[in-house]
Amino acid sequence: MLFQLHEPGETPAPHESERGHAVGIDLGTTNSVVAVSRDGETEVLRDAEGKGLIPSVVYYADDGAVTVGQDARRMLLEQPDHVVSSIKRLMGRGVEDLKTLAGTLPFKLDVAADGGMVRLAVAGRTLTPVEVSADILRALRARAEKAQGKAVDRAVVTVPAYFDDGARLATKDAARLAGLEVLRLVNEPTAAALAYGLDNSSEGLYAVFDLGGGTFDVSILRMEKGVFQVKATGGDAALGGDDIDHAIAEHFLAERAVEHGEVSITEGEAKQALAAARVAKECLSHSETGTWVIEVDGIPSRHSLTRARLEEMAAPWVDRTAAICHAVIEDAGIDVSEIQGVVLVGGSTRMPLVRRKVTEIFGREPLSNINPDEVVAVGAALQAEALTAGSDTLLLDVTPLSLGIETMGNIVEKVIPRNTPIPVAMAQEFTTYQDGQTAMSIHVVQGEREMVDQNRSLARFVLRGIPNMAAGAARIRVTFTVDADGLLTVTASEATTGVEQQVAVKPSYGLTDDEMATMLRDSLVHAKDDMTNRLFAETVVEARRSVLAVQAALKVDSDLLSDDERKDIDGAMAQVDRMIASNDRDSVTAAMESLEAATKVFAERRMDRGIRAALAGMTVEKLDDALGGD
Amino acid sequence: MNVSAVAAVIPCWSCKGPVATRALFCSVCGAVQGPGTIDHYTRLGMAATFDIDLDVLQRQYFGFQRRLHPDRFAAKSAKEKALSQSQATALNEAYETLKDPLKRAAYLLKLWGHPVDLTACGTINDRELLMEQMEKREALSEATTPEQVAKLAMENESEVIACQCHISAAFNAGNLEEAGHLAIRLKYLVKLADEARSKKTRVTRLP
Repeated sequence: MLFQLHEPGETPAPHESERGHAVGIDLGTTNSVVAVSRDGETEVLRDAEGKGLIPSVVYYADDGAVTVGQDARRMLLEQPDHVVSSIKRLMGRGVEDLKTLAGTLPFKLDVAADGGMVRLAVAGRTLTPVEVSADILRALRARAEKAQGKAVDRAVVTVPAYFDDGARLATKDAARLAGLEVLRLVNEPTAAALAYGLDNSSEGLYAVFDLGGGTFDVSILRMEKGVFQVKATGGDAALGGDDIDHAIAEHFLAERAVEHGEVSITEGEAKQALAAARVAKECLSHSETGTWVIEVDGIPSRHSLTRARLEEMAAPWVDRTAAICHAVIEDAGIDVSEIQGVVLVGGSTRMPLVRRKVTEIFGREPLSNINPDEVVAVGAALQAEALTAGSDTLLLDVTPLSLGIETMGNIVEKVIPRNTPIPVAMAQEFTTYQDGQTAMSIHVVQGEREMVDQNRSLARFVLRGIPNMAAGAARIRVTFTVDADGLLTVTASEATTGVEQQVAVKPSYGLTDDEMATMLRDSLVHAKDDMTNRLFAETVVEARRSVLAVQAALKVDSDLLSDDERKDIDGAMAQVDRMIASNDRDSVTAAMESLEAATKVFAERRMDRGIRAALAGMTVEKLDDALGGD
Repeated sequence: MNVSAVAAVIPCWSCKGPVATRALFCSVCGAVQGPGTIDHYTRLGMAATFDIDLDVLQRQYFGFQRRLHPDRFAAKSAKEKALSQSQATALNEAYETLKDPLKRAAYLLKLWGHPVDLTACGTINDRELLMEQMEKREALSEATTPEQVAKLAMENESEVIACQCHISAAFNAGNLEEAGHLAIRLKYLVKLADEARSKKTRVTRLP
């Protein structure tokens, strides 16, 4: 059998040379990084000062101008109500979720806005987390375009392994809004393992401990000859260095209140305290003690902190990471002694306390020979190159959380358990509970708990048109499909009639298609062009593939055609090529249809020949089998 | 000619010419094909036996995924992306079934027309098995030190291995009835092993 891995038509078309390399993006809670890989050489794209990290902070000026990064962070103290930071914590979140995050959010919410999705009130505007993330992604895209001197419109974007379906979809939407086609969403620990494993040609079982600004992930992978197979993953999408910053900031503010008397804390004070807390935490990774000053409205206060005291404050969060690690090791079905190395990812792993904890959990010193802030973006860039230029490495990832549906009594019936390799499709049958029931409401949830309300609600839809039957007679088959990005699609069908309904799970807190369309229109003057271009590019891929398929068929079976028939087909192929050059999608589609019509008889004759050859090549017994079977 | 009678050849969706039903790619135009409905063993190129070399199984699985995983089709047409996703999904299902002795035994029994229901808990009519499992569970719940738990886990582990050997022997002797009984026993042993592992994590972490 002939295995053709790269079709000849996939070699870059002429206009491809104007297209920049696909990039890898680590869209972080605190900082973001963009990197590019060419022939296996990765480069983190840096600013003029050599900094690879771009603070994930956005400043919205009164005149509508948007600033991202270090300059935006500087505005945090001057105009706190015009600046958004840590937006990743709100990706895919609903208003109800905020109760659990209350007090830890450095922004003002627009409570008046309706709909399930969180909206922020910034500089007199109402913004969704998707739009804020899109602004960060635009800045990263701009940096990549400047570095390459070419348009960049494709990226691999990383997400925490523990991100649920809603947060993943929100991330993909944000990229789309920023004019980037997401080649793949890759889990952050998996990306780190890719960067690490390829660099060190490691083999065996490895753990990746990823403690970032706002999220914690731990994954256990088997690395082997270019294969990165995730055995188990776990984490907490709302646990990170931010939590420790808040604890320190609260401590500072309490001290300040003692010094200057009890006053209500202003937004400016809170942001100042947070900024001081972050500096203090970073300093105490190197020194044993230090003193910091918070000054608001000309009133300074001095705060001393030792590393021991900081570690006391941070301990509850660090202990939580330990509990999660133990659970993941158990899920992987391995003994901790089998793990050959632990890779550290995320800025928060610079804390000596975290390193000691990791050593204690895994019984060995962690590895950190790649910059923990950049390793995820490096892995994403390698994967972006692998997806566009081809590669032998293989990433096999899993679902981080169980997926199920609500059944009677608010109990969750799991359809896909956590840590199932993706892509995956699994089905479960359910039945009606009332005589003559013609519709069934299907509630899709994600999480590990038994009761529905303790899990995350992903979507609800109704399957209608169930035939009138006695209770328990209908057979409703619900199929969950998770693709390689970790995104879920749910289909439900009634077995006796074949009534079918499909929903790409639009999370309860996601953007509707209308909202997305409006945002695309509002935010980008060229959005419509971008969309048209993308659709056209897809059609061209399809058209080139058709022409190549016909050419391949002509090479083997052209003797089946008369000269005139051959001329028709050649003409139809030439027409497709001409229409591709015309840049009009409808013309290309029409030309493809003509080609299909022109090759119809050819295809029939080829099938006839193939069947005759198959029959001739068969022994009598095999032919009997073939005729008797099916 | 009755085309459906010739099950071995179907039209390629891309070049419309003949392609073998089990082919992964069209030999003429190179387009990826759908996964079709073949059994898990055939899909991974393994002989349909209970005894399998897990290293070979994994090698086969990686080999097929290298060619068929959606990551290989990121720059291709929507149709090819969808087909590769179906192929990778089918490979995952086959690999997850065959790598696990319990799932493999159940699958083989089903394949050979002797299905056992491993999900029903009411089928434990084997009194001996019931008593044995109750005693073991009690011993595990009473264990308080990591050493005690480890000892029970090790004892259970050797029973798991013995049970798998017996299943293998039953399959080799063509005794599907016996293999079915043993598969149910294996299910309980595996469950106990899982419980022992989580208990070990709990007692080890106590200060």
